[in-house]
Amino acid sequence: MNIYIEALIAFHIILGAFFIFVGSFGMIKLPELMSRLHGPSKATTLGVGGFLVGSMIHFGATEGRISIQEILITFFLFITAPVTAHFIAKAYMHAELKPEKLPKPEGRYGWNTYTSVEDVKLAARDQATGSDLQG
Amino acid sequence: MSVPKHSHDHSEGEPLAAAQDSHNSHGHDKEKYSADHHPGRRYEDNRTYMERWLPHPLLTFVLVLLWMALLNSFTIGGLVVGLVLGMTIPIYTANFWPERPVIRRPTQVISFICILMFDVVVANIQVAYRIVFRRPEQLNTKWITVPLDLTSPEAITALTATITLTPGTVASDLSADGRSLLVHCLDVGSEKEMVRTIKDRYESRIKAIFP
Repeated sequence: MNIYIEALIAFHIILGAFFIFVGSFGMIKLPELMSRLHGPSKATTLGVGGFLVGSMIHFGATEGRISIQEILITFFLFITAPVTAHFIAKAYMHAELKPEKLPKPEGRYGWNTYTSVEDVKLAARDQATGSDLQG
Repeated sequence: MSVPKHSHDHSEGEPLAAAQDSHNSHGHDKEKYSADHHPGRRYEDNRTYMERWLPHPLLTFVLVLLWMALLNSFTIGGLVVGLVLGMTIPIYTANFWPERPVIRRPTQVISFICILMFDVVVANIQVAYRIVFRRPEQLNTKWITVPLDLTSPEAITALTATITLTPGTVASDLSADGRSLLVHCLDVGSEKEMVRTIKDRYESRIKAIFP
């Protein structure tokens, strides 16, 4: 294999490793859970992305064909990462956070996490009929 | 002109032979197809052939594409299995897709993904800089409220995923009436600026893609 291609692959792997390291470091350094949630979101996007680009170049150079499976891994990560972050944030809101500490949304009803099922139904009905435009 | 009509006639006659009769002799046939026999199914099946056997063409297309990508090589056998999967999965999961999201401008999807990729890289570098070189007390960590113009669930999901993917912001909650989004920012200069970025850069583009 060409030395330049090897250097290119190494560069992407080191780039990925660097961002995964910074993401993990953020989890230690940042003080509370919501801030820490920002760290791992880097590890999955650019960190794993760097590894996958390196892998694509490697298999493109050695086997002479473009591997699509790496793109799929990125695709699945991009779909699942926000769901995980959202669920962790929701669990944190339920367990630790008081609604008074959050900014108020527009309109009559509060945030979904702190609203009773009846109110959510009322809100959905108001939205469907458009009767809550005044707030 | 005659072809769609033809298939339409078939679809009304073929599925439940009694469905048309139920117009004439009410009551009895409606009883026959009531919830006892087919829970969760309408007793008058007015769907066309297309709607019954290919309920979600976009999902079929994505599944075939996904299957071919998983195989990582093109074979006729693989394509056939992919087509079978792509046709059966939408039929069996049709109840989970009460509405079909319509993608209005496919070319804008590509440009949106390119912008998103670029922003992910830029924001990653910015946040990495803040984690490494700033002390936690220096970060202006804040909850902000983003008022939404989007209404369809698919569009809001796309916006939420976009906000969470761009590092430095995590979308945490939706208001009960679905008109505001709660976003947690790691380090925000001005709150108004952040809201405007999200609305101009992402929401307007998603709004152009989803109706």
